[in-house]
Amino acid sequence: MTTNSHDQDPGENEVTGQPGTFLTRPFAGLGRKVISWVDHMGAATIFFGKACIMIFRPKQIPAIIQQIYYIGAKSITIIMLVGFFTGMVLGLQSYHALVKFGAQGALGTLVALSLVRELGPVLTAIMITARAGSAMTAEIGIQRISEQIDALDTMRIDPLKFLISPRIAAAIISFPLLTALFDLIGILGGFLSGVVLLGVNAGTYFHRVQSSVEMQDVTDGFIKALVFAVIVTTVCCYQGYFTHMRTDSYGAKGVSLSTTSAVVLSCVLILVADYAVTSFLI
Amino acid sequence: METPLIEFKNVTKRFGSRTILDQVNLKIYEGQISTIIGKSGTGKSVLLKHIIGLLAPDEGSVLFRENPIGSLKKSEWDAYRVQVSYMFQNNALFDSMTVYDNVALPLQQTTNLSKTEIERRVMARIEQTELTEVAYKYPSELSGGMQKRVALSRALVTDPTIVLFDEPTTGQDPIRKNAILAMIAEYQRKLGFTAILISHEIPDVFFISNRILALYNGKIVFQGTPEELDEFEHPFKDEVIQSLEGFQEELTGLYSQRHFKVRYQTDLSRKRRDETYAIALFTLEELEAISNVLGHTTAQEIIRALGAYIDKHFGAVGGFSTRHSINEFVTVLPYSDLDEAGRILEDFAKDFQDRGIRDIESVAQKESDSTECINFTILAGLAQGKPFVEMESIIEFAKFRQEEIARFQCELRR
Repeated sequence: MTTNSHDQDPGENEVTGQPGTFLTRPFAGLGRKVISWVDHMGAATIFFGKACIMIFRPKQIPAIIQQIYYIGAKSITIIMLVGFFTGMVLGLQSYHALVKFGAQGALGTLVALSLVRELGPVLTAIMITARAGSAMTAEIGIQRISEQIDALDTMRIDPLKFLISPRIAAAIISFPLLTALFDLIGILGGFLSGVVLLGVNAGTYFHRVQSSVEMQDVTDGFIKALVFAVIVTTVCCYQGYFTHMRTDSYGAKGVSLSTTSAVVLSCVLILVADYAVTSFLI
Repeated sequence: METPLIEFKNVTKRFGSRTILDQVNLKIYEGQISTIIGKSGTGKSVLLKHIIGLLAPDEGSVLFRENPIGSLKKSEWDAYRVQVSYMFQNNALFDSMTVYDNVALPLQQTTNLSKTEIERRVMARIEQTELTEVAYKYPSELSGGMQKRVALSRALVTDPTIVLFDEPTTGQDPIRKNAILAMIAEYQRKLGFTAILISHEIPDVFFISNRILALYNGKIVFQGTPEELDEFEHPFKDEVIQSLEGFQEELTGLYSQRHFKVRYQTDLSRKRRDETYAIALFTLEELEAISNVLGHTTAQEIIRALGAYIDKHFGAVGGFSTRHSINEFVTVLPYSDLDEAGRILEDFAKDFQDRGIRDIESVAQKESDSTECINFTILAGLAQGKPFVEMESIIEFAKFRQEEIARFQCELRR
């Protein structure tokens, strides 16, 4: 599975090779990167699949509950805070846009649909990535470099079952719930800025929220939350679990780079997946 | 001929272009303590990881009871793995778990034992390794020595039949090092497991090892008893053994065995063939009982105190001493015949009974809070040596003539 860094590098021949190789060199580099990406995607998919199967093994419930506490319960404050201010700024910006058309009554619709369909799942996932995802990568990475994962192997404890499965299960449970909380608090934030501060009618605001948001919107938001849960936990756990395979750095530096990669990659993949899922659901 | 429990046949392991193990052949026998010695970075840990399956050989095979472990069926592999336990060099403790949880982890995750039974087994191991007071602390709150003992407890909690110890004494002070080695030897005797150790503690580790395996330049260049290693002539001996074995034994401050022999040869070479000298052999009896009642650390402190007392007393009359085995000391009195040595020994015994006991009592009572009683005796025997007679046979004769020179009866309480 590991590659030998001393194996012949295809790039080596190009320096002394035939004329014109400098033209192909960027493509060769790109090709190597693509192959490496595909390789990692495949490995991450297998990693996720194996960990998923392990969720249903015995003795997993206490570990899952513990992870729900870390990923879910401990993220409530930050999710409420971000949701509240997102709703407020959404209310503020939307009010000033809508008032130009005399449509400020539609503020509730705009805030609610924006939050439930898009901003809720995406921002919740990004916030959990920042708070819990980075911690996952760092914790698992440190366990890897300090041989704690090898120790699990020697004790006949499957590291995927012990470390990864509970996190995936907990994320699948926590993400939709936190998304719902984000949506709710965001709508209240929009209420504060739109109704309390800018004078939109309270009855109109809540009537518009109630009449415009359909069950399908809520379901779509939850589907996105589930997809993001899978992406965030898989990427963050995978980066930590295989931190020792990095070729660019080792030890603590390797863990820090893995954590950075996990957060950046998760955020990018959340946005890419958001577009892909939306285009399927719409 | 006895079938080896574990055997390496032409095992080669490479990392990149670097060959770590090069056609390694070795045999580990059941119920013994086998110690792998070698320079740092020569692949001792890599070798150990092949036994537990954390690494697989690039060439060759690792056999368990003559079956290659790489081709065991899943059920056979599981049955094999249940028997093997591993103690990591850096302990590999879970820092977010308490000592209790670390030790309990393998039982909680791999058995269906009740909570009460798990607690009973875990607390028993924790008590044996003198960790009761820190059972609910986190590893980061413990000293390096305590962390080692937690790792040892965890390795032994599943009652394995094969235990792999990767440098179990690294970073410990001389007393702790010897206490850990004594602990390993004691558990090995009590539980009967096969122990495979990696250690740099020469000569201390020889006292507890049945077999020594020397890894040099990726190959096993020696397999045999510690006594056979004495006769082994190879560059390994100069480069590794002599560099690891200090001038003095770390625990007692006495001559290391090698330097003791050098001094012995030098002194003897100056003697005429008809000149005699005396050898005294001291034995601390019931060492295991002392360890059980007072703990391994205190037992090692007592050995150290006894060694220091012997050195002080006999050094003053031109004698020199070494630790001969885990509980034995040999003293050479190069300028004394048997009668004079007898008188010196009598003085020593009297002085020891008067003052030495108090020294040892103070060592033992430093940590005393138990009402349990401990009895032990110190034996001494004298033999006359001649330049042309083998030292080992003189020591044997001194052993034969040993008699009690000091006794402790329920005086030390912990």
